[in-house]
This record gives sequence, C-alpha cells and structure tokens, in this order.
Amino acid sequence: MTEPIIIRGGRVVDPARRFDATADVLVEDGHVTGVRDGIAADGAHEIDARSLIVAPGFVDVHTHLRDPGLEYKEDIGSGTRAAARGGFTTVCAMPNTQPAMDTRATVEYVLRKAAAEALVRVLPIGAVSRERAGTALVEYGDLAEAGCIAFSDDGAPVADATLMRRALEYASAFVRPIIDHCEDPVLAHDAVMHEGWVSTRLGLRGAPAAAEATMVERDIALAEATGGHVHIAHVSTRAGVDAVRRGKARGVRVTAEVTPHHLTLTDEVVAFGAAGGEALLYETNAKVNPPLRSPNDVEACIEGLADGTIDCVATDHAPHAVIEKLCEFDDAAFGISGLETAFGLCMRLVHDGRLDLATLIERMTAGPVRALGLDRVAPGIGTLMDGGPADIVLLDPERRWTVDPQRFASKGTNTPLGGIELRGAVLATIAGGVVVYAQEAARV
Amino acid sequence: MTTTRETAARPVDVPSIAAAPDETAWRRRHLLDLDDFTPEEVGLVLTTTAAMKEVLAREVPRVPALRGTTIVTLFYENSTRTRSSFELAGKVLGADVINVAASSSSVTKGESLIDTVRTLQAIGADVIVMRHSRSGAPYLAARHTTAAVVNAGDGLHAHPTQALLDLYTMRARLGDVRGRRIVIVGDVLHSRVARSNMWLLTALGAELVVCAPPTLLPRGLGDAPGDRLPPVRVETDLDVAIRDADVVMALRMQNERMQGGFVPGVREYSRRYQVNEERLARARPGAIVMHPGPMNEGVEISHEVAHGLRSQVEEQVANGVAVRMAVLWLTTRVAGGSAA
Repeated sequence: MTEPIIIRGGRVVDPARRFDATADVLVEDGHVTGVRDGIAADGAHEIDARSLIVAPGFVDVHTHLRDPGLEYKEDIGSGTRAAARGGFTTVCAMPNTQPAMDTRATVEYVLRKAAAEALVRVLPIGAVSRERAGTALVEYGDLAEAGCIAFSDDGAPVADATLMRRALEYASAFVRPIIDHCEDPVLAHDAVMHEGWVSTRLGLRGAPAAAEATMVERDIALAEATGGHVHIAHVSTRAGVDAVRRGKARGVRVTAEVTPHHLTLTDEVVAFGAAGGEALLYETNAKVNPPLRSPNDVEACIEGLADGTIDCVATDHAPHAVIEKLCEFDDAAFGISGLETAFGLCMRLVHDGRLDLATLIERMTAGPVRALGLDRVAPGIGTLMDGGPADIVLLDPERRWTVDPQRFASKGTNTPLGGIELRGAVLATIAGGVVVYAQEAARV
Repeated sequence: MTTTRETAARPVDVPSIAAAPDETAWRRRHLLDLDDFTPEEVGLVLTTTAAMKEVLAREVPRVPALRGTTIVTLFYENSTRTRSSFELAGKVLGADVINVAASSSSVTKGESLIDTVRTLQAIGADVIVMRHSRSGAPYLAARHTTAAVVNAGDGLHAHPTQALLDLYTMRARLGDVRGRRIVIVGDVLHSRVARSNMWLLTALGAELVVCAPPTLLPRGLGDAPGDRLPPVRVETDLDVAIRDADVVMALRMQNERMQGGFVPGVREYSRRYQVNEERLARARPGAIVMHPGPMNEGVEISHEVAHGLRSQVEEQVANGVAVRMAVLWLTTRVAGGSAA
C-alpha cells in the first residue's frame, strides 16, 4: 500500500483516450483511480500541477541497460534512474548484453534484478539469434513466456535474409515483432559517420543513406511475404521513412521508431558540435549508429513522425564509459546517452511548430505501446485510465535548462548536448504510484 | 655567395634568419589544417620559407634559432620522407629532435594517444610533430597538451605541410597562383594531400579542378553549403580536366584501392588517368607536374613525365625541409618554446 496521491489542476494530455483538458488525477494503491475535475481526496498527498502538463509516463522501446555484463557502462539501477529523470516509466531493454539475452536464464536475471533495483518497469527484448551471431534462432517460445516483448539483434543488423524470414515467421506464432537495426553491413563497412560533405571535410569514412534503405526495403518485403511483424529500429534516412510509408500503405505489418537525435541533430554536429561554430571538433559524443544524417534526412524523420509513418520516439539510450569516447574518432564507441535529454530535445520540434505537444506525447506513450503491442504484456501502460498503472509524468514545456552530463543519473555522460540549453523539462515522474523522480522546482 | 658567407660568419648565438618576417602575424598555437588559413598567414609561411631556403643554401646550413627547443616526431604511420624532412628541419634550426615511432595498434595495446602526448609533454617536448592513421587524431592531441602540435598527416583528412610545400614549389616556377588552373588527379577520396591542397589553393584564388573516377571522388564536393568545402570543379575525364592546366598534380594510386574494387584494375586506371606526355600536350605550354610521392611510375604517372623537364618532384622534396623549418619556427613563437 502506497500513500494516495492527488495531482491537482494540471492540463492532462492522454492521447490514447483523446483526452486533453484540465483535470485532477487520483492515484491509489499504484493505480489511477480517477481523472476528472474537482476530485475530493482527503488525506491524499497533494501535488500541485497547475501550469504543468500531466501525461502518461513515457515508454521507451529501445534502451540499452548494459546489464548483465557491461555494468561499467550502465546497470539496471542507474539506467532506470536515468529513465525516471527522463520521464520514462517503461523501458524495453535491448539484449546486446554479455551474455546476450538469448536464454530464459538471462531474461530471468534481468527481471529479477529489475524487481529489486529498477525504479521503472523493465520489459526485456530477446535476441533474434543465439549470441546475436546471426546464424541460429533462439527459443522464442520460451523467451516470450519468460517475458520478452520482442526480439532484436540490435547493434547488428540481421544480415542473413533467410534468418530474417524465419525469425518473422516463427515469432508470429507468439505475436512478437522482430526489431531490426537496418544497415547493410557491406555498404556500411568501416563507416564511422554519415557519408556526405561533412565526412569529406573530416576525412572520415561514411555510410551512405542507402545502407539503411536497402535493408528497410528488404525487411518490408519479408514481412509482406511472411505476414510477420517487423519493427524498424531508429529510422534515420528519407529513403527509410519513405519505404516504411509505402509498406504501411500496402498493409504490411511494419512499424518504426526514430530517436530524438535523428529528429534534431545533423551530421554537422560531428564536425562542429551541437553549439555550431567553425572549429573542427571530431565530436565523438555525436558518433552514433545509425549516424546523424543530413538536414534532408532529419526533415523526412520529422515529417514521418508527424504523419504517423513513424509510430514512436525511442531513445536508443546507449551509455558508454568516458574512456570509450575520449579517444580518436575512429576508435570511439557508437552511441548517445539519451534518456535524460529525450523530452527536452524533442520539444524543439514543438517550439519550432513542427509537431504539436499532444502528438509528441502520443509518440512517446500510446505510440510505442501500440507499435509493439506492449499492452498484451503490461495492460494499461501508455495511458491514464481508471484501474491502469499509475505511471505519470509532470512536464513543463517552457522550462529552460542546460544539459550537464555530470549530473546525469546514467553512468553514460556521452551526449553531444553538454552545455546546450533545452526548453521543456520533466518535473516529476511517478511509476506504479511512487514518485521516482522530482525536480526541486516541482511542487511535489 | 658573398652574402651567404657573411651571414654564416655571424656569431653563432645570434639567431640569424635573413629577412626574418614579422612573426607577430602568426597566432596559431598548432598547425592542424589549412581550412581556415588567411592569405596573409600563407604569405607569412612563404616568406619565412624563403628565409629558410637561404639558410639551407649556406656553406654550413645551421642556425641556432631553435636551440634549447625539443621537437618530438610522433609517427603512428611509417613515413620516411616526411619524418626525416621534419627531423632535418629541426636540426638545421638547432633544436633537439627525438623520433618516436608508435604503431597504431599500440592504442589498443594500452597507452592512449592522450597519455602518450602527456608523457611527451612531461619530458619537455615543445613541439609534437604527429603522423596518425586516424583522421582528427592531432585535434585530440592538441586538446590535451601545452606543446604545439604540428599535423604531419592524419588519416584521410589533412597534410598541411605537404600542401604548403606544394604551393611554394608552384610559386617558384609560376609566380602567383591566382587564376592558375591546377588539376589534382587520382585517388582524391583517400587523399589528405588533395584535401589540404584544395583548401590552400582555392583560398589563394587558384582555379582548382579535381579529377578522378567517380568511385574515388569524395561526396559533397561542389554541393556543400556555403564555404564548408573548398570551391572546386569536379571532372571525371582527365583529357578534359587537363586542358589549359598550369599545374598537374598526380596522386599515388595504392594497390589496395584496386583490390578494394574502387577501380577495375591498373590497366584501365593507367589508360584513363595516367599523367603522360600525350595528355600533357593539352595543358599550357609551361605546365608543371607534381606528385607528393612515393610515385607508382607507369600507373598514375609515366616514367618519362616523372623524370622529365616538367617534373617538380625533387623540388617538392627539397622545399619540404624549408617549409617545415618555417612551420617549426612560427609555431614555437606562439607556443612559448625556450628558443631565443
């Protein structure tokens, strides 16, 4: 039993129920028990949400918690604290751990550790292939029973088309999507950034946008042929977005996600940093896979997110140790620590008039739940309905703050946004009826 | 020669560089790239180089200008000519020169570039001359040391002293490069020499033509926003590119590019892109031919052209020492080296 909470006077935005109005939200025993105006709740803990947005907790379908095996980068405790600070109440843990999440034992380890240490809900994603080696299928039935909500070899693409076909066919028996990191490994061989004028300027090897598009097209063709569900991880190119749009129009079971950084940053950040400038930086914190792309690709990602071609925002939170970024660009690890900046960064689209706030919230709540069918495993997440889990976030869309990676809860300080001012902040996060994060400014 | 003897007869403790230019115009701590060089700075390097040429022409080509200065050449890639050129440049100026040969794999074996650079600084290095297979590595080094970092070639990115010596060599034969048509032909995609030359020569108003098979052309040349890449003309047919050229610079074609499938093979490449007498007939009458070396004679350049009257290859090597003397001299002014 937890103390009842009443969240007073906020603008409640719950896109799943098309609800957008000023209301109180009552939380009892870890569940939402009322969303309406003027709730009487004597004795409940009062949270003053006037002038704030009250929304369902964000759902991230693409999080690298690094646990087990790579705890020096992140662990379930630190990763879920970072999630809470970012407004996320559910994270889907990618299986590129050591060992990979390719057996029930590893999945159960993660769930057991999450039960003990996690601040927010952790839903595991199983590997597509044993040891993520791209050759033999894992036991999808056993892993689905253990709690895996999808399968992915993320970090690596499923290069073998036959394996991808079998995975889509076999996983469909358990109504689980295959999440693919789409990148032709031959076309992208040795690449460390996007191929374009910036890679020419820096003398770095670039991956052409076509390396993504060719594999997105292949996966859609395979999903169409098998009836399986493919979810395209972190779409980053115009051609990739277009392929998904055409696939959806044909009725193929394809869904897609895009990261906050691919919606807002271009490959120029690798050269000149997120603040811009003239001096070459070789910014290793902007080295990420898929790479930051051209302005034209960023534009296509925004359009795709706005029109629903892309179902959801996913962080691809990829924390690394300092030393893995403090080195030559070619040798630096790929990835951005993204949970704690996701909302503020995406708010740029809202402030720039490219996306309305309700749509952004939809793409971070109901969108991911619908894309991966998460409500089968965790009913009621991504919305604020009576009886559903009390996963709630309090947002101040106007609040300006400066990113300080040293203050991250994540062990990964690897972000190109250090020192950058963002407009839009998470003020408090409630997960399962418990306040798991609150800024000092929050009237909690 | 009288002048030379008189200069050489000065007391050795006087840093005697004839017509020493006004080095206050030089504000760079490091020499990493030429992408932001002003024509004034280039002019300073050239006049300093001319002064250094004069030193090299003396009977005893030694001056104590950098006496007490420690220069470390830190080479993660083998390069006999560039390393010995810097080494000699430092020695002519009286500096102590230490050569460190580090292999790129030592990074993965343990010591990071940052640790290495800090170690060199701790033992007293004033200047670190660095060659590295990773683009941008000298930028990383420069952020972590108080020593001056001179880029002696980083990955596919830049090779500033090579471009400066190329420019010096061109000017010695042609005068001002403004309005001159300069063709760079070959593996531009993988060439740091081409990149640095593009920045330098276009900044001085040369008309630059870049020629390569489409597979060896870097992306974005000609369509980058603003001045984010140098303004060059791209041409895939050497017979067209070479027309009315004042300078033809051939780049080394490495065997691995053939094996990597960038071009079908040596036969087709040399037939279409070799700089030879027949093609040079289309260039301007006094056109010169350059090559950063080492040459693959019979591939990107014919034997006759490589050793013919137009060839500036040996001048390039000789001018390299003077240019590197100039660069070492100028960077130590700012880095606060212990030189007089």
